[in-house]
Amino acid sequence: MMESIFPALYILAAASFILAIKWMNSPATARRGVFVGEAGMLLAVVGTLLRHEVVTYQWILIAFFIGSAIGVPIAYYMPMTAVPQRTAFSHACGALAVALIGTAEYYRNKPHGVVMTALVLEILLGFLTFTASLMAFGKLQEILPTRPITYRGQNLVNLAVLGLAAAAGVALIVSPDQTWLFPIFSVLSLIFGVLLIVPIGGADMPTVIALLNSYAGLSACAMGFVFDNKLLITAGALDGSSGFILAVIMCRAMNRSFSNVLFGAFGTIQTSVKETKERPVRSASPEEAAEILDAARKVVIVPGYGMAVAQAQHKLRELHDILTKRGIDVSFAIHPVAGRMPGHMNVLLAEADVPYDRLIEMDEINPEFPRTDVVLVVGANDVVNPAARLDKNSPIAGMPILNASEAHTVMVIKRSMSPGFAGIDNELYYMDKTLMLFGDAKSFLTGIVKELNAVAAGA
Amino acid sequence: MNRYEVAIWVFMLAAFLGFELIRRVSPLLHTPLMSLTNAISAIAVVGAILITGEKEASTLTRVLGFSAVVLSTINVVSGYLITDRMLKMFKKRGAEKK
Repeated sequence: MMESIFPALYILAAASFILAIKWMNSPATARRGVFVGEAGMLLAVVGTLLRHEVVTYQWILIAFFIGSAIGVPIAYYMPMTAVPQRTAFSHACGALAVALIGTAEYYRNKPHGVVMTALVLEILLGFLTFTASLMAFGKLQEILPTRPITYRGQNLVNLAVLGLAAAAGVALIVSPDQTWLFPIFSVLSLIFGVLLIVPIGGADMPTVIALLNSYAGLSACAMGFVFDNKLLITAGALDGSSGFILAVIMCRAMNRSFSNVLFGAFGTIQTSVKETKERPVRSASPEEAAEILDAARKVVIVPGYGMAVAQAQHKLRELHDILTKRGIDVSFAIHPVAGRMPGHMNVLLAEADVPYDRLIEMDEINPEFPRTDVVLVVGANDVVNPAARLDKNSPIAGMPILNASEAHTVMVIKRSMSPGFAGIDNELYYMDKTLMLFGDAKSFLTGIVKELNAVAAGA
Repeated sequence: MNRYEVAIWVFMLAAFLGFELIRRVSPLLHTPLMSLTNAISAIAVVGAILITGEKEASTLTRVLGFSAVVLSTINVVSGYLITDRMLKMFKKRGAEKK
C-alpha cells in the first residue's frame, strides 16, 4: 500500500519542478515558482526517506544538518556581486555529488550494459563539471588569473585527454570488472575539466557558466538512467536544456559558436589586433557631465562588468532617481552578455532598487538610440563597440551590439584609455560626440550626483 | 517497452519541455533562473539518500553517499533561498517609494 504512494510523490515533484520553471517567465509569478519548487523538493525527499530500502537514518540526518549549516549562511550573507562565483560553486557541488554517487554505485553493483553506459556518462560529466566549475569559480573570484591562458598545441592536448578518458570509459562499459581502470577514468575526467577552463577568459564566462549548468543537469539526468528514476531524468533534463539554451543565447549575443568559445581561445586572436596609437579624445569633468545630463530629455545608461567591479550600481540608482525627478526619461540598456553570467546586470541593478521595467533588452532599446540625447556607458566596452558592425576584420565582427553611437551625445566612464578585457580598440571613444569621463565609476558618479543635487537645490 | 525505452522517452519529452519553457523566461530573470534550475538539479539528493540509507552499505558507499547528501543539501538550501532573495529585489516602478 505504502509502496504505491512513492511514484505518486515523485510525479507530483516532477510536476512542481515544471511549474516552478514555467512561473519564472515573469517577475510577477517567479516567487510562486520558487515556492512550488521547494514543495516539490520536499515531496521528493520525504518520498525517498520513506522507501523501504532506506533504513539507516542517522547519517542522512547529520548530512542534512551539515549541508544546511553551510547552505543557509551562503544564501543570506553572500553579497549579490558574488552571484557568478556562487553559481559556479554550486555547479561544482552538484556535479561532485553526482560523481560521488556514481562512484559508490560502481563499486557497489558493477553494473553492465545500458546502466554502465549511463554510469560512465554520469561520472565523466560529473567529474569534469566539478573541476571546470572550480576553475571558473577561481577565475571569477580572481584567485586565478582571469586572462585566458593559451599555449601551442593546447587543443591537441585537451582532445587527447578527452580521448583517453573516453577510451577508458568505453573499456569500462565493455568490461565493468576491470576495477583498475575506474580511478584512471575518474582522474582523466577531472583533468579534462581543468584543461577545459584554462583558455577561457572573463568575457566568455557567461557562456561557460551556462554550459556548466547544462552539464551538471545532464550528469544528474544520466544518474536517473542508472537508478531508473524518472524524477531524476526529468529534473536533469530540465536543468540540462535550461543551461544549454542560455549558452546558445550567450553565444548568439557574441556571434560565436560553442566550439569557438570552448576551443577558440579568444585571447590569441586579439593580441595580434592590438594596435596602440595615441589618438586624441575629448574628456569632461563631473560638473560638465552633470550639466549635459541635466539638459537631456532622454538618457540611456549602458552598464557593464566595470560597474560590478566598481560597485557603482547604487550610485547609478541615485542618478536615475534624480534625473527622473527632474522629468528626464532614464532607462538602462542591458546587453545579454554584459557581466559575468546571464542576467548579471539585472540582478545588481534590482538589488540597488532600480525598478525592473527600466531595464531594457538590447532588441527593444536599439531603435531608441537615435532619439536618445545622452548615452552613459559605465564599465562596458565591447558591447557598445561599433567595430562589431562596421569592421569585418574585427575579432568581434558580427556581434550584436547596443547602438550607443547613434545617440546625440555619448559619455563613457572609464579608468583610462587602456583597452578593456578584449584588448580591442573602441572607435566609439574617438567620435566627436563622445566625452570620456576618466576615473573610478563610483567616485565619478558620486561627483555627478553631487553636482546635480546642488543644481536641484539651487533651482 | 523495456525500462530504458521508457526512460529515454521521458528524457526526450522533458528536454523539449525544458526548451519551450526556458525560451519564454525573460532575460531579466536569467540569473535567478539559473540558480533555480541549480536547486532543482540537486534532486540528485534522492540518489544520495538511497545509497546512504541502505542497510548493508559498505563504509566506502556510506562515506561517498554521506558526502553527496551534504553537497546536494548545500545546493538545495542555498539555491532556493538565494533565488528567492534575488526575486524579492525585482520591483516595479513606484513600488519601492511607498
